[in-house]
Amino acid sequence: MEISFDNVSYIYQPGTPFEHRALHQLTFTIPSQSFVAVIGHTGSGKSTLIQHLNGLLTPTSGVARIGPYVLQAGEKNKDLKSLREQVGVVFQYPEHQLFEETIKKDIAFGPANFEVRQEEIERRIYAAIDAVGIQSDMLERSPFDLSGGQMRRVAIAGVLAMEPRVLVLDEPTAGLDPKGQQEIMDMFYNLHQEKQLTTVLVTHSMEDALAYADYIIVMDQGELYKEGTPLEIFLQPQALNKVGLEVPEIISLSSTLEKEYGITIDYKKQTLEELAEMVAHQLKGRATHE
Amino acid sequence: MNNSMVIGQYVPGDSVVHHLDPRTKISVIFFFVIIVFFANSMLSYGLLTVFSLGAVFMTKIPFSYIAKGLKPIWFIIIFTFLLHVFMTKEGEVVFELFSYPIYSGALVQGVSISLRFFLLILVTSLLTLTTTPIAITDAVEDMLHVLKKVRFPVHELALMMSISLRFIPTLMQEAEKISKAQASRGVDFRTGPLKERIQAIVPLLVPLFVSAFKRAEELAMAMEARGYQGGEGRTKLRELKLEKKDYVTLCVFAFVLIGVFITRN
Repeated sequence: MEISFDNVSYIYQPGTPFEHRALHQLTFTIPSQSFVAVIGHTGSGKSTLIQHLNGLLTPTSGVARIGPYVLQAGEKNKDLKSLREQVGVVFQYPEHQLFEETIKKDIAFGPANFEVRQEEIERRIYAAIDAVGIQSDMLERSPFDLSGGQMRRVAIAGVLAMEPRVLVLDEPTAGLDPKGQQEIMDMFYNLHQEKQLTTVLVTHSMEDALAYADYIIVMDQGELYKEGTPLEIFLQPQALNKVGLEVPEIISLSSTLEKEYGITIDYKKQTLEELAEMVAHQLKGRATHE
Repeated sequence: MNNSMVIGQYVPGDSVVHHLDPRTKISVIFFFVIIVFFANSMLSYGLLTVFSLGAVFMTKIPFSYIAKGLKPIWFIIIFTFLLHVFMTKEGEVVFELFSYPIYSGALVQGVSISLRFFLLILVTSLLTLTTTPIAITDAVEDMLHVLKKVRFPVHELALMMSISLRFIPTLMQEAEKISKAQASRGVDFRTGPLKERIQAIVPLLVPLFVSAFKRAEELAMAMEARGYQGGEGRTKLRELKLEKKDYVTLCVFAFVLIGVFITRN
């Protein structure tokens, strides 16, 4: 589903001493089936932005369009429920939303709310736990007996079981160990490609933004600071530093190599090993020339 | 956070009222609540009204904001007024409303009771509007200190009070977060039959309790790790001290107090 924001502003508690402007005249378009990363410093409005994507918040002014759904100031959208079925949101620390007696019931909670048929729910539960790597013999256990990492997986499975067309991820890997982070992100990326989802990832990890996104939106103080492909964004280190963001290590390494040694390497999502080999290759090539 | 929750909400500011010793504010409000019930003449009511509005003015909090927060109270005030106007049968008949006689005593009674009510709410909400919960707890602990002599656990009570006050906003935030997460999974908290709406609270309450217990355990552990072992011999970070402005406030209030007793019938 295509997502487009047209001059969207959002103000918390307007008309009180606690008034706070969280989004200011935001305009952007996320094409259908793209993987977009939203980056920005704490308090830049990322969380407010994603709450517009499934109608938890309605713009104070401006228009937000999510596929056929329109969210507009002063207008109550009657299709909120079906919008929320289409847009699955994985919030920060999603394990805090677990509440059922068994893992199975908790995963079934979302689809059941959207009146999915029982056999279909059953199918989705197995598909979801398969995706997040939970064994089916755990289904009857209480979610509160699990480790933190497993609880996270179960909570994510609960969102996946809704089979949304748009997946919104708010720092889904925060607080996990590095291996778990990698697994979860790879899982989301595979789902994104397999099911042709539109994915919006809010992250503090520039590495993740570089590795998975095909488009990046940079937020600063509620405004759109910059947008572009990962390479366009990350080749502007000064601009990023100005809003408190860093450039991924791999990019800063390759730009230092270029500056200091004249070695040019096109970044094509290489791993560190591949990069090392390319550097070695170029250096060798130079040695034979001399 | 809930927009209409003004009562009990602290509004940071830099006014004289904000900087008064919380004990001064609590005692003034305590006695104000009592003397409001002694007022029975126009002049005594006027005096109390001027005092309260003056206090509101000095907090520098916009009156419109406070009035908006009193919204749920307006209903009760108007209800009280109407009740008195229609039910009291004293004095002369002033006019007839749809052939129902309205007495002069009824109007006086109606106005004075609702005014009394309004002043009570207004002044008491000033305390929480201008004083942090922590300062209120400190003041209560200090003022209840006498009870220590009869082995009343004043410090523990104050600690319990300040911890619960401290965690109200945290729990509210948490509740909002969880309700948003569950709403995203298709729970509808706002519409539908009452039975379904009550059922919708379960997915909110369970995670909330789980996290509250976890938080309490962590807090207890953190306090122990930092050597907390009760109130014995514990010193204070913020010492409460009466200053000139406190004495001035108390004096002004004393005059109001005397004034009310002179002007009442």
